[in-house]
Amino acid sequence: MTTIDSKVPPGPLSEKWTKYRSTVKLVNPANKRHIEIIVVGSGLAGASAAASLAELGYKVKVFCFQDSPRRAHSIAAQGGINAAKNYQNDGDSTYRLFYDTIKGGDFRSREANVYRLAEVSANIIDQCVAQGVPFAREYGGLLDNRSFGGVQVSRTFYARGQTGQQLLLGAYSALSRQIGKKQVQMYNRHEMLEVVMIDGKARGIIARDLVTGKLERHFGHAVVLATGGYGNVFFLSTNAMGCNVTANWKAYKKGAAFGNPCFTQIHPTCIPVSGDYQSKLTLMSESLRNDGRIWVPKKEGDKRKPIDIPEEERDYYLERRYPAFGNLVPRDVASRAAKQACDEGKGVGPSGLAVYLDFRDAIARLGQPVIAARYGNLFEMYDKITGEDPYKTPMRIYPAVHYTMGGLWVDYNLMTTVKGLYALGECNFSDHGANRLGASALMQGLADGYYVIPYTIGEYLSGEIMTKAIPTDHAAFADAENKVKERIDKLLSIKGSQSVDDLHKRLGKVMWDYCGMARNEEGLKKAKVMVQQIREEFWKDVKVPGGAFEFNQELEKAGRVADFLELGELMIDDALNRKESCGGHFREESATDKGEAKRDDANFAYVSAWEYQGDNQPAKLNKEPLVFEEMHLAERNYE
Amino acid sequence: MSDTLNLTLKIWRQKSPSSTGKFESYKLNGVSTHMSFLEMMDVLNEKLIKENKEPVAFDHDCREGICGMCSMYINGRAHGPLKGTTTCQLHMRHFKDGETITIEPWRAKAFPVIKDLVVDRTAFENIMQAGGFVSVNTGSPADANSILIGKTIADEAMDGAACIGCGACVAACKNASAMLFVSAKVSQLALLPQGQVERTERVLKMVQTMDDAGFGNCSNTGACEAECPKEISVAHIARLNREYLMASIAGE
Repeated sequence: MTTIDSKVPPGPLSEKWTKYRSTVKLVNPANKRHIEIIVVGSGLAGASAAASLAELGYKVKVFCFQDSPRRAHSIAAQGGINAAKNYQNDGDSTYRLFYDTIKGGDFRSREANVYRLAEVSANIIDQCVAQGVPFAREYGGLLDNRSFGGVQVSRTFYARGQTGQQLLLGAYSALSRQIGKKQVQMYNRHEMLEVVMIDGKARGIIARDLVTGKLERHFGHAVVLATGGYGNVFFLSTNAMGCNVTANWKAYKKGAAFGNPCFTQIHPTCIPVSGDYQSKLTLMSESLRNDGRIWVPKKEGDKRKPIDIPEEERDYYLERRYPAFGNLVPRDVASRAAKQACDEGKGVGPSGLAVYLDFRDAIARLGQPVIAARYGNLFEMYDKITGEDPYKTPMRIYPAVHYTMGGLWVDYNLMTTVKGLYALGECNFSDHGANRLGASALMQGLADGYYVIPYTIGEYLSGEIMTKAIPTDHAAFADAENKVKERIDKLLSIKGSQSVDDLHKRLGKVMWDYCGMARNEEGLKKAKVMVQQIREEFWKDVKVPGGAFEFNQELEKAGRVADFLELGELMIDDALNRKESCGGHFREESATDKGEAKRDDANFAYVSAWEYQGDNQPAKLNKEPLVFEEMHLAERNYE
Repeated sequence: MSDTLNLTLKIWRQKSPSSTGKFESYKLNGVSTHMSFLEMMDVLNEKLIKENKEPVAFDHDCREGICGMCSMYINGRAHGPLKGTTTCQLHMRHFKDGETITIEPWRAKAFPVIKDLVVDRTAFENIMQAGGFVSVNTGSPADANSILIGKTIADEAMDGAACIGCGACVAACKNASAMLFVSAKVSQLALLPQGQVERTERVLKMVQTMDDAGFGNCSNTGACEAECPKEISVAHIARLNREYLMASIAGE
């Protein structure tokens, strides 16, 4: 039986973390040397956690499926990172960042975690600058800021259009330093395929060496997952091809509750789908909305070229509907508005599933060189993919799956409901509620890794100092390895007729159509049956070529898709259960007269924490009530 | 212009690091010009799977030109014919109907082939671990704005920091030199005030590790810059040479 205890420390919100840090149990340096920690994933959260824990003296092992920790998908974040520095003197503060994040998340996140996030945000920038991260600067040498969706201050720090890359390379450099010192053992091209449980605690993992196919057993006093989001359940998303839910799913099946699985972020500014061969979608940074204006033709089915459509025949629908925030409304609002415009037949481009993002006015106002300096690399990327020049014609954009707010449920310590198993960054559910604000994912990943886990893990490990490293010939390791082996053998033995991608694409379409930007009860019920059918087909008819003991990319994919096929159903269950609309979760049955998301605080002000009950058994719903002591539950209004 | 292409693909197939590889040819028809190069490879692999043949192994991940994972040598050029472009960002509209496209892995002693088009780039990791960092622990460093950095210097450092570590510079160089990769990091940290304390030690260690890994000497031909998907300038190599010379003198 899982207990859902958030372990939020007592006291006033603004003092919780300071007090916690000053009173949390510590592990003395001599003991740290004997304690081993496994970190799975090497993105912002994983790399920063691994480096920081190693600096403290713990023995750390890090696993990533790419050939280098530097390739984790944090690298692709473009726009920036938020921090309450108030460098621009525009009224920013810890409280305001906290407030914006809670409101942006539509009151479905935990106050204490979000406040802590806002508190440590300023340290992150200091730490990154000390590492040599080349943030954008003003001529006087100070750091530059920009504004982002959902807020009215400029608190976003950036490094051209590749902030994620620079922050990750900063964390990677810190990690590399620890690898060089042998304080971290790095396992590249390794995939975690099972959590090993001993006496009710996470004590290690089974990993597959992706080059040789060999299964390996690794012990850890604690296991930290920093394995990112599960947006690829939709097949098409802005995630990297390898992003997956496998590590989280194995944890879920070992008793870690899954929080708010249906909370998916659909990012408003992505390059539209062009054909059925499409393998992924490309994001155009939200920062573009600072200078670009979004519009569709007023007339349905207007096929004229955008430059031939006169000003009075354009509908700048975000500016019209939300005058206070205009083109900078939060992502969920912008995405739904784009869908509505297209549903009304005003969409543009060959598919009719796109809207314009126009820089004409910004170029006229600021000149092309200024726009090029701000967004040059994004414009080039757009040109490369579409063959169109955004300096001359507006970009065409459409929403796409980008981020998953849901993830493993964690308490204030970032521990899951499995003892000794932690989840950091996108793979936990904690800070973004039902919608994440732009430039907050990088902030959360680094906050968790640099500034939270180094303290909170001590709370648990201080009780583990007498635990000797458990030899990996222990029966629990053997059992776990056997399970992994059986599953791999099963996948290879089916030898059916459909490729992994065939089945994955079908799953993705069902999820996008029924559990995407808009959801309703009838559709979700239908989708649940469809996902079950695809899953059944998968296990009867999937075709995985090659063998187990070799470099086999189809086998890797097959294992991941098998897990997506189970996760998809849990997402649908969660979406069915949550009859309200909130943030990125839009239930058509729960809308205001103006078509905005309508929350139901009386019945749904809680986190859903789903508990695994066995294969093909309905998961059990646990609820963590959300108590708002500091904020008043209010309707989100960006008008 | 037609929207689809019929292509012949001549692809390097190699079962494992120790086996001998060879080229094999595949016909692929009806390739949309809007596809990316890797999507074309996906289509080929789907076809091979349906024909009970083994798909072609290739590295890829983000497919938006930033993770540095993709690594194909296309028609004799690292990342293909387009300047400043990774393979994943290369689109089929840059190829002609009826064309034969030759696809090989990176070729360098320091990058052994793992399978087909996949190579082992661990040598880059070792170089980074030798000195590609500023030695600061996580903690409470000074306020970020207490270090003033002029915009020009910050921009120049960013030019070096933009390296994605893909290894195209090595693949493009006739000596398989890693000078552009190493110089990009050395340059970034030599330009910034944060990198000054370890400036001497860093360049010596990184160059030593580079030499030990079996990369060749700089050919001075600039092929690396020409093929770098992030268009990192050989001016960084000039700075690396200066840094190395000064460090060597200081170190004596």
